Amino acid sequence: MANALIHAPKTAKRGEVIEIKALILHPMETGFRPGTNGRIIPRNIIERFSADWNGEEVFALKMSPAIAANPFVSFFVVADRSGTVKFRWSGDNDFLVEEQVAIAVE
Amino acid sequence: MRRTFLVLAGVFVASLALAQGDPRRSSYQDMGPALQKMQDDDSANPGMLFVQAGEEAWNAKAGSADKACADCHAAGSMKGVAARYPAFAKESGKPVDLEGRINLCRTEHQKAEALAAESKELLQLTAYVARQSKGEPIAPPDDERLDPLRAQGETLWKQRQGQLNLSCASCHDANAGKKLAGATIPQAHPTGYPIYRLEWQTLGSLKRRLRNCMIGMRVEPYAYDAPEYLALEAFLMKRAQGLIDDAPAVRP
Repeated sequence: MANALIHAPKTAKRGEVIEIKALILHPMETGFRPGTNGRIIPRNIIERFSADWNGEEVFALKMSPAIAANPFVSFFVVADRSGTVKFRWSGDNDFLVEEQVAIAVE
Repeated sequence: MRRTFLVLAGVFVASLALAQGDPRRSSYQDMGPALQKMQDDDSANPGMLFVQAGEEAWNAKAGSADKACADCHAAGSMKGVAARYPAFAKESGKPVDLEGRINLCRTEHQKAEALAAESKELLQLTAYVARQSKGEPIAPPDDERLDPLRAQGETLWKQRQGQLNLSCASCHDANAGKKLAGATIPQAHPTGYPIYRLEWQTLGSLKRRLRNCMIGMRVEPYAYDAPEYLALEAFLMKRAQGLIDDAPAVRP
């Protein structure tokens, strides 16, 4: 199930603004749509996405049912320390995916 | 004044070059710049999620022969393959499309069960194979055994059917480039399959796309294993010969 693509530079200069892009496979079912049997399909969305750089949260996003399937998130951070960036997607039905990348800052 | 003249002359020369060139347009060219960018950026193209999973499946052993695709096919050997199908299969002596080829490999060589049409597993493997043909020209095989199939496909393409009495050609040949509601009618060259269609919010095959059109035309779609799809696909690939493969494409 876990199927995510993360693009971040492996190295960066100190103080440089870098772009991190994260894409994940998820149906983002709104909870408002009827299925083929006429009943409402239960809501199944990612509620929160966050990125921790060496344990400190540098970016977080609350998601809503209006976001399309397979959400793509792109954000900018100032690279001021070497370390690991941990990504975490959590949502309905105990959905939880964690990924990490290492970034070396010179 | 002189400058305006030069610009106008430039526009004229450019339009002349277009008129003399290939009138065919890939659906990629009919999309807006935002979607083109989404498709070109491997980190934003959701089709790459399926390619990534397909690579895992490619290297995983399957079936009672306990073989992975990678055990027979060297890495990178699938370059240009997706741009050649449908083609004749040695094993069955029948024409197959790329999905059919993958399933033949599964049943004949891996001794595994065939994957269901439009299943996630089949789409992932197809996407992984098709991605390796990105940038290659569509090159249907020079095989006369395919000619009757292509002729059948062309007949189907031009045949009026359904409650609206439309044929594929009524839109995609006679009215391509014009608008159907807000959307541009494409010339329907199957260059980027399997495609990530925003309307589906997932990856889908050419079969699924053809079924979509048939439902729009109020025609009862052929069953998933019907030979008509293969005929249409063989005809369409011949029609798109030389256009650039851009799988996995993003389409509106």
